[in-house]
Amino acid sequence: MDNIGIHPGGEHAHVHTDAHGEHHEDLGFWRKYVFSFDHKVIGIQYAVTGLLFLLFGFTLMMVMRWQLAYPGKPIPLIGQWLGQDRAPMGIMLPEFYNQLGAMHGTIMVFLGVVPLAVGGFGNFVMPLQIGAPDMAFPKLNMMSYWVYFCGGVTMLASFFQRGGAAQSGWTSYPPLAVISPGQTMWLIGMIFLITSSLLGSVNFIVTIVQLRAKGLSYMRLPFFVWAQFVTSFLLLLAFPPLEAAGILQLMDRVAGTSFFMPSGLVVSGKPMLIAGDGNPLLWQHLFWFLAHPEVYVLILPAMGIVSEILANNTRKPLWGYKALVYSVVFLGFMSFIVWAHHMFMTGMGTTMSAFFQTTTMIISIPSVVILTALLLSLWGASIRFTTPMLFALAFLPMFGIGGLTGLPLGLAPSDIHLHDTYYVIGHFHYVVAPGTIFALFAGVYYWFPKATGRKMNELMGKIHFWGSFICINGVFMPMFIQGLGGMNRRMYDGGAQYVHNAGLLKYNIAIGFAAWGLGLFQIPFIVNFFSSIKWGALVDRNPWEATTLEWSAPSPPGHGNFLTEPIVYRGPYEYSVPGAARDFTPQFEPEKA
Amino acid sequence: MNIPYTVEERPDTGLANGKLGIWLFLASEVMLFGALFSTYIILRVGSPEWPHGELNVWLGAINTVILISSSVTMVMAWASLKMNDWGKHRLYLIATFVLAGVFLVNKYFEYADHLGKGEGPWHSTFLAIYFTLTGLHGLHIVGGMVVMAYFIGPGAKLWRKNPEQFANRIEYTGLYWHFVDLVWIFLFPVLYLL
Repeated sequence: MDNIGIHPGGEHAHVHTDAHGEHHEDLGFWRKYVFSFDHKVIGIQYAVTGLLFLLFGFTLMMVMRWQLAYPGKPIPLIGQWLGQDRAPMGIMLPEFYNQLGAMHGTIMVFLGVVPLAVGGFGNFVMPLQIGAPDMAFPKLNMMSYWVYFCGGVTMLASFFQRGGAAQSGWTSYPPLAVISPGQTMWLIGMIFLITSSLLGSVNFIVTIVQLRAKGLSYMRLPFFVWAQFVTSFLLLLAFPPLEAAGILQLMDRVAGTSFFMPSGLVVSGKPMLIAGDGNPLLWQHLFWFLAHPEVYVLILPAMGIVSEILANNTRKPLWGYKALVYSVVFLGFMSFIVWAHHMFMTGMGTTMSAFFQTTTMIISIPSVVILTALLLSLWGASIRFTTPMLFALAFLPMFGIGGLTGLPLGLAPSDIHLHDTYYVIGHFHYVVAPGTIFALFAGVYYWFPKATGRKMNELMGKIHFWGSFICINGVFMPMFIQGLGGMNRRMYDGGAQYVHNAGLLKYNIAIGFAAWGLGLFQIPFIVNFFSSIKWGALVDRNPWEATTLEWSAPSPPGHGNFLTEPIVYRGPYEYSVPGAARDFTPQFEPEKA
Repeated sequence: MNIPYTVEERPDTGLANGKLGIWLFLASEVMLFGALFSTYIILRVGSPEWPHGELNVWLGAINTVILISSSVTMVMAWASLKMNDWGKHRLYLIATFVLAGVFLVNKYFEYADHLGKGEGPWHSTFLAIYFTLTGLHGLHIVGGMVVMAYFIGPGAKLWRKNPEQFANRIEYTGLYWHFVDLVWIFLFPVLYLL
């Protein structure tokens, strides 16, 4: 049987009895590929949908960067098709710029990164890494995907409403968000996405706790699984307050309530006829109570992916496994008590400010421990510079820059000058773009052979890596300079209207070119991804000579994953064990008699 | 393909999958209603005056008794299964469903009373949080009723095929139902009495 296409069949593509001798009738196209209960199919659905949303969100940003580089100039190529209410004569309206900004953030975070990192990699890899036949609740898993899909469709459809899509930032602060167009569909979309996340996180936690294979104790789990485990708790407990807040803002818009609308609001010279007595800061608290743990949801799976790839391509165990595990759990707890560092400028008193500065400084410790452990894992290593390894290695300094630039933001005195400037944009993009997204690329190259039975092309991979690495630094490094110079974020003309920005505007042009270059360098990745499904080099079960359980299953695994019951005999990173015959000793290999 | 520990308990955790699942879900629900209760606190503390006597305390108290009773009948529905009494189980499950329905009917009268006077959520901050809290709670009651209807109706077949799994599912439904009851036990004093 050749391996054309990704299908839950592998070596058993057309056989009707699986490893356990159970008969199940051929399911037909819709139940096998569209409404499947199989975690691998669902994982791939999440991954492909997430990648498509990442591409779309990226395109929105490429259009924004045109306006920032050349404010007021007609947008080339697509400007003519955007319509009168978005870009008359091809020149972007400020309202449309704001839509692009708000939707870029929303789409990248909620429709792109998290679905790919958690829904995609978590679903596909985690059950295989713990030796499970599937997730604990396969039907719930399928439902989670389709609810996410509905949320995505709702968000995309919001572009076509009268007044356009949401345009009050991904943060959706009232009163602006309550009176601006596009928010109602955004809120409905968010409710779908949050529900999908909640169902998924229950599934992940129960699966990890209950379905580990024989011999797989918690401290023998691959770090990737620990990362997904903590991430799921963050999603489970942090999202509901945002769901509540979303309902409240929806009621403010649709039912005339004033949860967030203060009394005495005057808009365009006219007093607003609302109930009043609401509290805009309440939204900020509820929003950031989720959104801070959310950023750890963005980074933790990435750290997990990088860990797996580093161990495999250094041919050494990860340094400090226990430190990594304790740090990631501590990080999870701390992430719930730092949220108001996003609100230092709201007029809070010094006591509250001191509390949140302290917790924010404390939370940087486990982050640094994790990064240091990964860096130390390189010491004395025998490094294989494969494409996944290049992305995983680049993650380390990029996350380092992102993390370090967060420190002046977490301290109120410096945050006063940097809040709402391009410095913030530079900081968080470093962690999430050359940070998380590079880790996700690494994961795609690394696990593609397990999912498809074929390897991706190394040359195209290396072009993708080097081009992206250079361009992405070109996009985000100048933003620190702009931010330190006082350039505000979310300005549709790139700050040109402010005299103090005059010397900083030139960077917008350089950033624009870097961004468009970054876009071009994704083409080898897209081409590579699809062409390798059909023409990639065929591989067997363990092409990377890795130690974790997923590499004991066929490539791709069939329904039920493992041909024989997986049993774990040792820890996850037994590479270069002295006296062993090979430079790796898989978890699933029995002790020699 | 069989997912382990769907019915039997995993030895080291002592749990079946569904039991852990429902407790985790309830943890997230605590956060959801917690956020709304926090909203209530912030809005009330921040507002110069807070209405009193706008709600029918007797109706609220009756609803409290109804919901607590429904929790009792829910437990009995599960206990009957453990004692292998299908008939009693049906009786108690249907009783729970009916009590939930009565709760909703009372709520309907309460809502209609206010809305008839033009006092919707837009009328004041108090009514805004009242309608939101009780509305979301009401939706959770409806959700519970849907699940009960399933186990009264098409889902009942599972008792014959896999009695232990059916009993487990009723237990999980019961846990959810007790949570919904618990939320009301907080809602009633907070909204009606304080």
